[in-house]
Amino acid sequence: MSLEKLLQQKKSVILERWFDSILETYPADTRQFLKKKKNRFANPVAHEISRGIEEIFNNILKDANSEDVSPFLDKVIRIRAVQDFSPSQALGFIFDLKKLIRDELAENMGESRISEDLWELERKIDAMGLMSLDIYTKCREKLYELRVKEVKNRVGRLIERANMMCGIPEKEGDPEVCNTDNLT
Amino acid sequence: MSKVAPPEELAKVDHTPPKKGWMDMPVELKEGRWCYGSKPKDHEVIGLPNPRSWSPGDEDWKLPENWQEIFLEGMRERLDKFRSFRLFMDICVRCGACADKCHFFIGSGDPKNMPVLRAELLRSIYRGEFTTAGKILGKLAGGRKLTYEVFKDLFYYFFQCTECRRCSLFCPYGIDTAEVTMIGRELLNLLGCNIDWITGPVANCYRTGNHLGIQPHAYHSMVEFFCEEIEEITGILPEPSLNRKGAEILFITPSGDIFADPGTFTAMGYIMLFHYLEGLGLDITWSTYASEGGNFGSFTSHEMMKRLNSKMYAEAKRLGVKWIIGGECGHMWRVCNQYMDTMTGPADFLEVPKSPITGTVFENAKSHKMLHICEFTADLIKHGKLNLDLSRNDQYKLTFHDSCNPARGMGFFDEPRYVIQNVANNFHEMPIDTIREQTFCCGSGSGLNTDEFMDMRMRGAFPRANALQHVHDKHDVNMMACICAIDRATLTTLCEYWVPDVEVIGIHELIGNALILEGEKKRTMNLRGEEFPWVEEEEAEEAAAEVILEAAEEGVEAAAEEVADEEAAGEAEGEK
Amino acid sequence: MGVWVSFFAVIALVVIPLVGAQGAGQYLFGIVIPYLAVLTFVIGFIYRVVQWAKTPVPFKIPTTGGQMKSFSWIEPNPIDNPSSTGGVIVRMALEVFAFRSLFRNTRIELRDGPKLDYGSNKWLWVAALAFHYAFLVVFIRHFRLFMEPVPFFVGALESVDGFVEVGLPRLMISGVVLLLAALYLFLRRVAVPQLRYISLAADYFPLFLIIGLATSGILMRYFIRVDITSVKELVIGLVSFHPTIPKGIGVIFYIHLFLLSILIAYFPFSKLMHAGGVFFSPTRNMPNDNRARRHINPWNYPVKVHTYAEYEDEFREKMIEVGLSVEKE
Repeated sequence: MSLEKLLQQKKSVILERWFDSILETYPADTRQFLKKKKNRFANPVAHEISRGIEEIFNNILKDANSEDVSPFLDKVIRIRAVQDFSPSQALGFIFDLKKLIRDELAENMGESRISEDLWELERKIDAMGLMSLDIYTKCREKLYELRVKEVKNRVGRLIERANMMCGIPEKEGDPEVCNTDNLT
Repeated sequence: MSKVAPPEELAKVDHTPPKKGWMDMPVELKEGRWCYGSKPKDHEVIGLPNPRSWSPGDEDWKLPENWQEIFLEGMRERLDKFRSFRLFMDICVRCGACADKCHFFIGSGDPKNMPVLRAELLRSIYRGEFTTAGKILGKLAGGRKLTYEVFKDLFYYFFQCTECRRCSLFCPYGIDTAEVTMIGRELLNLLGCNIDWITGPVANCYRTGNHLGIQPHAYHSMVEFFCEEIEEITGILPEPSLNRKGAEILFITPSGDIFADPGTFTAMGYIMLFHYLEGLGLDITWSTYASEGGNFGSFTSHEMMKRLNSKMYAEAKRLGVKWIIGGECGHMWRVCNQYMDTMTGPADFLEVPKSPITGTVFENAKSHKMLHICEFTADLIKHGKLNLDLSRNDQYKLTFHDSCNPARGMGFFDEPRYVIQNVANNFHEMPIDTIREQTFCCGSGSGLNTDEFMDMRMRGAFPRANALQHVHDKHDVNMMACICAIDRATLTTLCEYWVPDVEVIGIHELIGNALILEGEKKRTMNLRGEEFPWVEEEEAEEAAAEVILEAAEEGVEAAAEEVADEEAAGEAEGEK
Repeated sequence: MGVWVSFFAVIALVVIPLVGAQGAGQYLFGIVIPYLAVLTFVIGFIYRVVQWAKTPVPFKIPTTGGQMKSFSWIEPNPIDNPSSTGGVIVRMALEVFAFRSLFRNTRIELRDGPKLDYGSNKWLWVAALAFHYAFLVVFIRHFRLFMEPVPFFVGALESVDGFVEVGLPRLMISGVVLLLAALYLFLRRVAVPQLRYISLAADYFPLFLIIGLATSGILMRYFIRVDITSVKELVIGLVSFHPTIPKGIGVIFYIHLFLLSILIAYFPFSKLMHAGGVFFSPTRNMPNDNRARRHINPWNYPVKVHTYAEYEDEFREKMIEVGLSVEKE
């Protein structure tokens, strides 16, 4: 049996384990709450994570290119980027998948074809790990950007107004108007 | 080979499972989950106790020596002054109905963000210090002593509550965590422990009339600026008045609308509406002294709420107006609806609000004498007084976010919806358990909309964002309307992080877009100065039509010339 | 920890009368303790209620769960957002008799796919209702013991309660429901992690007490029979203030009575006071009519404000500069 078929067969088990291992990264009391992942609106964190990892897994199986996986990685990572995790903790779940798959396929490891395919698969997971790093960084950058943006927006119009009045004169010879009083 | 820990080890989060009860868990203040500490200069302006430089991250918070005594005395006093507080300390049965209703709990999973546990933080002190059973049995009776650690925990979690009241809706006894948080914060304030983003605006508002500390001439300048922008868009220059005595109505809106995008576009909408109505008999003035609808004092203490709110009636009295209109703002309306008349009333120098345009008398505000602008506008629309071109909002596929305070502190649901549906063509509701009275908070209310709190805010915003994502996917919604100044600022951030294709809009910006002013020029852009998407198309069409027309004209001319030539030739021939 | 402490506390409360309700001890458990318990209950309950009633309600802060009353052409929700006393009465009645706020949890929810589902907390509402109503029925049934003649409604209630017509004496459903509901409420606290996390000894103790009370009652009625005539004699003696201790009442009765005594004596000092407290809740028992009718805060006091005059003094020149009118030129 090919690796792909095997994984297809064990998909639900692997996903279950993967989800559990992600939950392991949360404090025990939080974990218990997240376990009830059913309702999209009442428990969006767990819902999005479980949906996200399922799509990631599907994409690995069907040999998709990176653009296809990226939105689903984004879904999961975007959440973890604002929770109390260090970058390695936030992204570790990608690499967990390697171990989970190997554990699950322990009995098939002898078959040479499987181990070759597995090598390929693990390279894919590594690539995903790198992509995740990009996504995570973008999320964090976004947050800092938003922080700055908010501070600017808060008095955005005022600054615009002040700048306008302080702006470069349109025609040569016009007096330069500069009313800095506006900002005091 | 060198010994590097395998990735699953590296990425491991060290969590000792809480075998112990929550009272025994060590208190840990994590950065990104607390806001900066209040500054001494602001303490001095408004007379808050214990002015000093400090940070919640510090080991030593520089509390006065007898801090426990002050705190407990404050608690005793409030137990005797607020039935709500005493009752909520007494009757919780910890049924857990509220547990998963808090957006911070849903987004973070931190058990102390369950409303019940947030309140238990204070309740445990109540039991430990004020009840006999708690004093004798201690932890067994759910009581504990007020220690430094416990005090820090209180600060940490009372400034992780947005006072949105969602939990109180589900409580079988109506226990309102917002009320507990409000009083909890009052107690923290007794020791000078507040956050910079609250005391700063409070001090500003006290001195200059608004949260940003904008002085009257700058406020005036901003209003002027909006008028110029409106002129650019419509060709009409409105002339709103400020601090004008003898006007019939005083208008007060949060200062965020004047200075912060995208609230500024809402402010332009107000100005346009008032200009439009002037011809129909509206006589309204703005004020620079009462230039803040919002009330960050309400995030500090009841007393501070009153000190800031007092300006509204005082200014109404000074200007001699008959009644007041309040702008689109969330916590402003919680204060105006549930506190203002009691605190600073009776407003017997004002008259029962009566729309000068429709003649409607607003009996529901007959004591308070203040109308929500959406009530006012809904009434205008109902009476067909507004000339609206809905197609100018066609670029928006809208949904509506119920702001917590007008929702659960007022019950203001259908008026804003009525306005939206009469001013725009595309409107879709978010899922039922995330709107109206069950609405999810933006995650940044009650003075927590500061940038250093960003991680926590985004966590708290996730339940709202998730529901928004749903309508975005399903109906292609690209604009979320709201009636709250904090929302306009914070939902914008929320969208940009979680649902980047959606923007945020105030209801009166939609009005401003659709309203047909008398004598206006053909509009090509919305209030944001963005060209309507169809303008280019129309222009191209017009250009094409012109080309055809020109070609046709040229054709006719050419033919006529030919005819003329022929005729001339004929004539010439005939002459020969 | 709380669970075990509470559990052993209740076990101890069973053992005490088991050992002590002999000979003269019966006077203690049959007369003295019940009287003391009732006295504690009455005084404690009144004290708590008076304390709440005495504490002022400075602000009118109802939680609004529906559309407010505004225009004639917008339909208000008179129950979840009452604008009148009538609405408040209906809201409170639904809250007290039907646990309406708990019921809110059972809203239909949209889940994965097109499936509609009910929220998990429906069970809390069902169990809470079952528990409280079963308790009420059991309580009313006990009227048979201290009223002579037995009021008609007790008989009527019993015939409904015993509709299954099994066993001798006839099985009363209410007792079983009470026990099962209390067990559910207990198991829920142990099994749901969030609840286990927030639960205190004070949450387990009354549950164990009630489970013990119900169990001893059921044992007494169906398994370890006691002489019902003597029991009635004792109870009527207590009620009519001519207490006597008839001979030959089994010890199980004293256990039952002692657990009851503890429960009612404990009542005013515990969360069980929610029974009285719910009526005082300002987020539920007030109409949302602040803007139409002014609410008075009895301790409203003047505060320091920044007056317009002070404001103008600070900014006068700048105001004049941009043409804003001022009071003093």
